[in-house]
Amino acid sequence: MNLKGKDIISIKDFSKSELDFILKYAKKMVPFAQGKNNTSLLQGKILSSLFFEPSTRTRLSFESAMSRLDGRIIGFADPTITSQKKGETLADTIRMADAYSDVIVLRHPLEGAARLAAEFANVPVLNAGDGAGRHPTQCLLDLFTILTEKKNIEGQNIVLLGDLKYGRTVHSLAYALSLYGADLTFVSPKSLQMPKEMVEECKNLGVTPASTTKLEKVINKADVIYVTRIQKERFPDPEEYSRVVGIYQMNASMLTNVKKDMIIMHPLPRVTEIAPDVDMTSHALYFKQAFNGIPVRMALLSLVTGVML
Amino acid sequence: MKELKIPLIKNGTVIDHITAGHAIKVLHILNIPQENTSIVSVAVNVKSRMGKKDIVKIENRELARKEVDKIALIAPKATINIIRNYTLTKKHRVELPNDLIGIVRCLNPTCISNNREPVESHFIVVDKETPRIKCHYCEREPDISQIELSKLF
Repeated sequence: MNLKGKDIISIKDFSKSELDFILKYAKKMVPFAQGKNNTSLLQGKILSSLFFEPSTRTRLSFESAMSRLDGRIIGFADPTITSQKKGETLADTIRMADAYSDVIVLRHPLEGAARLAAEFANVPVLNAGDGAGRHPTQCLLDLFTILTEKKNIEGQNIVLLGDLKYGRTVHSLAYALSLYGADLTFVSPKSLQMPKEMVEECKNLGVTPASTTKLEKVINKADVIYVTRIQKERFPDPEEYSRVVGIYQMNASMLTNVKKDMIIMHPLPRVTEIAPDVDMTSHALYFKQAFNGIPVRMALLSLVTGVML
Repeated sequence: MKELKIPLIKNGTVIDHITAGHAIKVLHILNIPQENTSIVSVAVNVKSRMGKKDIVKIENRELARKEVDKIALIAPKATINIIRNYTLTKKHRVELPNDLIGIVRCLNPTCISNNREPVESHFIVVDKETPRIKCHYCEREPDISQIELSKLF
């Protein structure tokens, strides 16, 4: 399979066999991501890392991934120091990055920004999150984490918890998990339910998700609980935010009767939705999940630049 | 003899089978009456075999492709009849193309296509029969009935 030059904009741009191929290839990157082995695979290649919105994990893990492959990085994490401040369009910024580098990673507050960037760049564009829209590399690392821990996704009882309306990661994830035939349960307050069109997409892929507002009803049957933060910055109405913030708070005492091998995932950053006492339990997988961003992003950088192990 | 509710036209376009009550929207799309060179006849809630429909007749004007695409969005069963010298020379049902470019503005205020970027709006037509469209950029599907005419370019 050849993904050289492919833009990574939305998880929906990929067939299941392409996803399988990427996830399998990402596994090969693990010893390099851990620093146990060294490689000069992307020596001489330059990554433009364009972050128009704050990010810790996504930016650092992309930059770490490129460094582990011996490539170089140019870019910014604060758009106020760029010509955007002078009124430059995203299209023009992308044209410049296209001329200066071999691959572009973009995070932007507006939905569809990565799709637009891909139209103006000849080099591949990797979407690192576009507003409340898509975040395909997060989705890939989530799939990678579940596959690594559970060996398969089909038939796993996976609970998506929290803000299912505005949270961008859960939309792509629900789609991808349906593609793999997982049993999905959505847990959220009524005002933050999964949008109808997303539920329809799951159904079109043969999965009919269950839905509830009560975590306690489903926690003991779950194989995976994917917790999301209720993101203040995504709410158009601050009143709506204040009504639901802190509604789900997982702590160690809630885990007494859960399945022994149940795993808790979270795209991070977390605020109050997972108490620190959960970190010490065998169920907490979110830090390992965050590490998995490195091999997955190494795999993507290698595949789209066409320089493979 | 059957009485004609709207007189015959010598040259021009008859838009038939418009969803009942939508003739005014069609006039708006065609920039009528601001565009005041044509004589326009409108019939609303006309009985037909399929129930009720609206009809618009415009003299001395044939429609541009973009105008037909806009009509297809709000009246997917409409037919376009081209009349030349009192004779029907061409008749076809409106059909949405696969892509609508520069026709509808995205309703999502945080879509990049509403920002100051050098691109035209771009929607992918998901369903042509019961019109459903999806923004190529933000992938949101607007409710067609919610698209105000001011969102049409």
